Amino acid sequence: MHELPQQLANGLILGAMYGLIAIGYTMVYGIIQLINFAHGEIFMIGGFGALTVYLWMPAGSNLLAIVPLMIIGGVICSVAISVAAERFAYRPLRTAPRLAPLITAIGLSLALQQAIWKWYPNATKDRPFPQFKGEAFDVFGAHIQRGDLFVLIAAPVCMIALGLFVSKTRSGRGMQATSQDPDTAKLMGINTDRIIVMAFAIGAAFAAVAAVAYGLKNGQIGFKMGFIMGLKAFTAAVLGGIGNIYGAMLGGVVLGVAESLATGYMSDVPGMDLFGGGAWKDVWAFVLLIVVLLLRPQGLLGERVADRA
Amino acid sequence: MRHRSLLILTTVLTTGALTLTACGSRDDDKKGSDTSSGNQTVVIGVDAPLTGDLSALGLGIKNSADLAAKTANKDKTVPGITFEVQPLDDQAQPSVGQQNATKFIDNKKVLGVVGPLNSGVSQSMQKPLNDAGLTQISPANTGTELTQGDNWKTGDKKRPFKTYFRTATTDQIQGAFAAKYLYNNAKIKQVYLIDDQKPYGAGLAASFKATFTGLGGKIAGSDHVNPDDRDFNAVVTKVKKSGAKAVYYGGEYPAGAPLSQQLKDSVQIPLMGGDGMYSADFIKLNKKAQGDIATSVGKPVEELESAKTFIANYKTAGYKDAYEAYGGGTYDATWAIIEAVKAVVAANDGKLPDDSRAKVLEAVSKVSFEGVTGPVSFDEYGDTTNTMMTAYQVDGGKWASKLSEAYKP
Repeated sequence: MHELPQQLANGLILGAMYGLIAIGYTMVYGIIQLINFAHGEIFMIGGFGALTVYLWMPAGSNLLAIVPLMIIGGVICSVAISVAAERFAYRPLRTAPRLAPLITAIGLSLALQQAIWKWYPNATKDRPFPQFKGEAFDVFGAHIQRGDLFVLIAAPVCMIALGLFVSKTRSGRGMQATSQDPDTAKLMGINTDRIIVMAFAIGAAFAAVAAVAYGLKNGQIGFKMGFIMGLKAFTAAVLGGIGNIYGAMLGGVVLGVAESLATGYMSDVPGMDLFGGGAWKDVWAFVLLIVVLLLRPQGLLGERVADRA
Repeated sequence: MRHRSLLILTTVLTTGALTLTACGSRDDDKKGSDTSSGNQTVVIGVDAPLTGDLSALGLGIKNSADLAAKTANKDKTVPGITFEVQPLDDQAQPSVGQQNATKFIDNKKVLGVVGPLNSGVSQSMQKPLNDAGLTQISPANTGTELTQGDNWKTGDKKRPFKTYFRTATTDQIQGAFAAKYLYNNAKIKQVYLIDDQKPYGAGLAASFKATFTGLGGKIAGSDHVNPDDRDFNAVVTKVKKSGAKAVYYGGEYPAGAPLSQQLKDSVQIPLMGGDGMYSADFIKLNKKAQGDIATSVGKPVEELESAKTFIANYKTAGYKDAYEAYGGGTYDATWAIIEAVKAVVAANDGKLPDDSRAKVLEAVSKVSFEGVTGPVSFDEYGDTTNTMMTAYQVDGGKWASKLSEAYKP
C-alpha cells in the first residue's frame, strides 16, 4: 500500500480540476436551473485562449512569468464566449419550456467544438501546450509534478475567493437571493439579469483556470477535450449537490479520488480482478454517484428542494 | 406554447434534412454522368480520419493516394483513363466509415477504395463493400481477423471478405516482432502491458503477450485505458509498483504521448508501441519521448531505393502535411488499384468493361509490382506477401530506425 499517497495525490489533482469546472455547472444551475452543457466547451476555449497568449509571447520567455498572462487570456476568451452565449442563446429562451435551453446548450456545445476545429490554426489535432521544466516534488511519499502544483494552489485560492464573494459582497448576496427566489429578488431591486450574467462569467473564469491546469499537466489540448471533462465535472456537481458551490468542489475531489483508487486497487479485491484498472474507473465513479444519490438524492452537500431535479 | 415550438422545431429539422439529402443526390448525379467517350474517369475512394486526433496519419494517407493518382495521370500509365481521388473523412468512427462505404458504392465510377486507417472502422466497411463487389485495400489495418476470420488463433483461417486486401502486415506479426525486439535486442525481460480496448490496440497487446511470454519474458501486470483520457497517473503508479522495465502500449499516439510523459515523470522506463504510435506527432506532444520504441510496417521509406522517387515527388507536390507512417503503403495500395485497372482496360480493347468492379477485383488479387515499400502482391487471404518490419527508437526528437527484418513466424 506504499503507493497509496501517490494514488490519493493523483485523485486530488484530477478532482480539483473537475471541481473548478463543476463550479460553472452548479452556479448556473443554482440560479436559473439550466444544465449548461456547453460549459465543457467553455473550458476548452479557455485552454485555446491561454495557448494563443503563449504563442504571442517571445520564444524562450520564462513560463512562470507568462502563466498569469495565459490565465488572463484564457479567462477573457471563456468569459466572452460564455456571456455571449447567455445573451444570445439562453436569455431569449428564459421563459421557454426547460427542455428548449437544454437542447440549445447541446447544440451550442457542438457548434463551439466545430468552430475551434475549423478556425483555430491546426486545431484539427491535439496542440502541444507548454509545461514547466524540472523534477517533481516529493510530498509525504507522493510525487507531485510542477505542473500539478498549479491546480493544487489555484483550486483553493479560487474557492476562497468565490466563498468570500458570495457571502460578503453585495452582488454575492444578490446572487444568493436570486437563486432562492428570482421573482422576489427582482422585487427587492436586484438586477437579476446582471446576476445571471455574473454567474456565467464566474463559472467561465474558473473553467479557464482549470483549462490552463489541464494544459500544464497533460502537455496538450484539443478541441474535443471539453466533452469528457465537462461530463465528469457535471457528474461532480451532481455528486456534491448541484447548486452548492462547495459541493461542486467536494464532488470533484471525491470523484477524482474514487477514479484513482478504483484504477489502483479494485483489481486487488478478491474476485474483482476483471473489473479493475483504468478501463473500469468510470464505471466505479458512476456506481459511486448512484449510491450517493440513492442515499442522499440531493447530493453530498445539497439542500432538499422539492421542485428541483 | 410548448406545442408550437415543438412544431417549429420539427419543421425546421425536416426541411433541413430534406435540403441536405437533396444536395447529396445532386452531387452524386453529377459524378455519375459522362460515360464512355474517349477519356474515361476512374475514381479511387479514399477513406481515412482527416479530422480529429488521428488526422496526422489520415492526411498522410489522403495525400499519398492523391499523389499516386496524379502520377498515373501525368505518366499516362493507363491510356485513356484519368484517375480521380475522392477522399472522405471517417473521423476514426466505424459508423461514419460505413456511411462512406455506401457513398463509394453509389458512385459508379469508384472502382476501388483505399483505406481506412483503423481496423475498427474497417470492420464496419468490409461487408457493404463486399456485397457491392468493390475492391478495398487498406494501407494501415493490422487486425488479423480482417483477413483471416475470427478463428485465426485456433489455426482455422478463413477469409471472410473476398474484396478486402491490405498492404500492412497483421497485428500478429507486428506484436510478435515487437516482443522479439524487446526481449532479444533491447534485453528487457519484464514488461507491463497496457491497451486501449480498441480492436487494434487489444489485438497488438495480445499477440505481443503471446510471443513475449513464449520467449521467457515476464508480464509484470496489465491494464486497460480509455483512448479519450489524457490523465494516466493512476495507471502509472501501478506500473511503478510492479517493477516493470518497460511498458508495451497497444494503442495510438494521442493517448500514447501523455501516457509516456506521465510514465517518465514517475519512473524512467521506455514505452513501446506499434505503428499507431510511430508518428512525428507523438514526439511533438510528448516532451519526454526520448528512448521510446515503436514498430512499423515495412522498411523505413527513407532508406529504400524504391521510395526515393516517392519522397521526391511528395515534396514537389507541396502537400502541407507529412506522409507519416502509412504514406508508402498508401501509395502502393493506390497503385495496386491503378495496376489492376490497367490490366482490365488492356484486356478490353483500351476501354472499361461494363462489369469493371468485378474485373478490377479479380485483377487486384493478381497484381505484382515493385512498390515504394518493396514488392507488392497479395496472398490467398488478401494479406501482403511483404512481412518486412522495422523497430524505431526516439533519439534526439526523431524516430531513428534500429532494426529491419522480414518476419518469419
